[in-house]
Amino acid sequence: MKILPKDLLGIRTLTPGQLHALLALSQAALRGELPPDGLRGRTVATVFYEPSTRTRTSFELATRRLGACVLSFDVPTSSVQKGESLLDTARTLEALGVDAIVLRHSASGAPHTIARHVRSSVVNAGDGMHEHPTQALTDLLTILEVKGRIGGLRVVILGDILHSRVARSVSYGLSLLGAQVVLCGPATLLPRVPSESPGVTMTTRLEEALEGADVVMPLRMQVERAAGSFVPSLGEFARLYGLTPQRLRGAKPDAIVMHPGPMNLGVEITPEVAYGGQSVVLRQVEYGVAVRMAVLYDLLAYPPVHPETRPTVRREAAGVL
Amino acid sequence: MPSERLWIRNGRVVDPASGLDEPGDVLIEGDRIAAVGRGIRPEGAIVLEADGLVVAPGLVDIHVHLRDPGEAHKEDIASGTRAAAQGGVTSLVCMANTTPPADDPVVVDAIRWRAKATGVVRVYPAGAVTKGLAGKELSPIAGLAAAGVVALSDDGRSVADAGVLRRAMLYSRMFDLPILEHCEDPSLSAGGVMHEGEVSARLGLRGIPRSAEEVVVARDLILAEETEAHVHIQHVSSLGSVRLIRAAKARGVRVTAEVTPHHLTLTDESIEGFDPNFKMAPPLRTAEDVEALLEGLRDGTIDCIATDHAPHAPAEKLVPFDLAPFGVIGLETLLGVVLTRLVWQLGWPLGKVLSWLTDRPARILGLPGGTLRVGAPADVVLIDLDRQWRVDPDRFASKSKNTPFAGWTLRGKAVATIVDGRVVWMEEDVHDRWLPAGVGAA
Repeated sequence: MKILPKDLLGIRTLTPGQLHALLALSQAALRGELPPDGLRGRTVATVFYEPSTRTRTSFELATRRLGACVLSFDVPTSSVQKGESLLDTARTLEALGVDAIVLRHSASGAPHTIARHVRSSVVNAGDGMHEHPTQALTDLLTILEVKGRIGGLRVVILGDILHSRVARSVSYGLSLLGAQVVLCGPATLLPRVPSESPGVTMTTRLEEALEGADVVMPLRMQVERAAGSFVPSLGEFARLYGLTPQRLRGAKPDAIVMHPGPMNLGVEITPEVAYGGQSVVLRQVEYGVAVRMAVLYDLLAYPPVHPETRPTVRREAAGVL
Repeated sequence: MPSERLWIRNGRVVDPASGLDEPGDVLIEGDRIAAVGRGIRPEGAIVLEADGLVVAPGLVDIHVHLRDPGEAHKEDIASGTRAAAQGGVTSLVCMANTTPPADDPVVVDAIRWRAKATGVVRVYPAGAVTKGLAGKELSPIAGLAAAGVVALSDDGRSVADAGVLRRAMLYSRMFDLPILEHCEDPSLSAGGVMHEGEVSARLGLRGIPRSAEEVVVARDLILAEETEAHVHIQHVSSLGSVRLIRAAKARGVRVTAEVTPHHLTLTDESIEGFDPNFKMAPPLRTAEDVEALLEGLRDGTIDCIATDHAPHAPAEKLVPFDLAPFGVIGLETLLGVVLTRLVWQLGWPLGKVLSWLTDRPARILGLPGGTLRVGAPADVVLIDLDRQWRVDPDRFASKSKNTPFAGWTLRGKAVATIVDGRVVWMEEDVHDRWLPAGVGAA
């Protein structure tokens, strides 16, 4: 059964049923159960208005593993602020017959804007400070694979919550699946109002947050945020909130450490923790491909994708014959 | 011109300024109101049958961006005043943030000249408080006053430097020019695109806290109190601002305030779909703020309703929410939204509601009009209070379509608009209500 409608724009608007089904499909992908040519004849464009290595690579790898064609659309960084070109770009890709547009953009809501105007599927690969649904699915899949369950776990998300699309998407997903989520960071990097999602709490106290934690997820601290405007310095942030081996001992002994990458070693996480026995950072990268295969497969494997355009060509050809 | 006579008869005549709300007639001679009441029997008048319609003073909107000169792709005086006429607005005050800005008497002259040549309603320019709206040096205020500005404003932003604003207040008092303030502290709103709260946190959009408005309101009230200048707070959006203004009024500060139709009806929840037609400054806030704004209107803390009509071309709004310009249009939905919300939904008396759209705004800036008193300018609007209509931006006279009310069904609509005794716009079905001179006379 198809899980998603036309697009994947975020986690918050999914139902628990959709989320479970996507995770099950991701597990199938992980075990090599999706047909290797399941998307033959389809085209997926990756359109990144912000730099990214792992997200883009894993989308492109996922596309190839399903037999679809990748169109890697390079966007000069200089045009990022020219928002008006975004819709033109999307319409151009649609006219080129692209079945799915994977979009990374610095403006929250950018994928929603184009999804309203093109028939191609749109996959949000990170929009501003809003959502990053495939990263969240990756994290959920990792927890599920390592811990065997999600419901009832205590998950601490640590650091710059305010500006993090990963924190948003992951906490929506965890909340939908019944986990307990603790958002922890300095007051200037937490949302001003409590989340309305069930099971989500906020604190500025790290030790309190870590107590009894099953999963600890430090977020990348954006260097530019630490230039004295949100926190006095990276050093002070590291002293207060950096995840060290000693602090990690405050969590459960079998707690795992995750990071959406790329890491600032020595800032939000020390190298000992990042590459220590409790870290599952590299498994996250591996699972990221499976999740993206599952999402693309669900969106594109069920014809017809372009009922208005594709068959028209074929009908004309048939008429000539 | 020999005085033509227009006899609007059998309507429900509502004139908030004189406390009138009763069935009757309005007689216009030339460009003036000649008589109001019952039993008028003019000779040789053209008759406009107003049976079933409200006859009210033309609306006065003291916060409009006509984008002229400089941004004719968004709006110009011709299109903006036609939008006003379709909305029942007969007088408007246009803001100074044009290109070039109205910080020079020559620009003010040009606006007034063009309004005479191409406009269909009365256009009163506001002049800039500071040169280039840059907040540093005072604009040539005496020259602007002589050129006919009715107020001073750097609208689009506050006068950020308190010292400059204080001197502007002291200086403008000599010319009896109120200062209209867009209250926003740029260091608090920096980068924000919507109200800071649960919804902004959820959508990952940068927030503009209430404090961005409130600290400037507080500062302006303190300065107005000290200088005894008249400050007018534009588009009040937050609960805290209402409280500050209420307290200032109670101790006699010369402050007036306006609220927009969208801040009286919408909340930040509307932004859920990332539609840039809900992006404006100040931002839509919460239900609690909407309640406070309504209460502020009712108890007189807020003096009037104004649109902050801010046109942006369709392509400019067809971008991600984050990148879209601030502002929504409002002239053509003003009356419909206000009547639907305040009269039909909340059951407030029509006369009171219309006063916020007519005599109150006119009095704030000392504009003629806003009343049907004998001798007043013949600016009249005919309103079909019961007419339900769907907001279709494609039918707007405005060049821009950026309304948050697209698709809404509103109840109450202007059906004919008269400026200086001349009909400048009417709905097609009003044609049937005209009788040539003599035919209708008793």
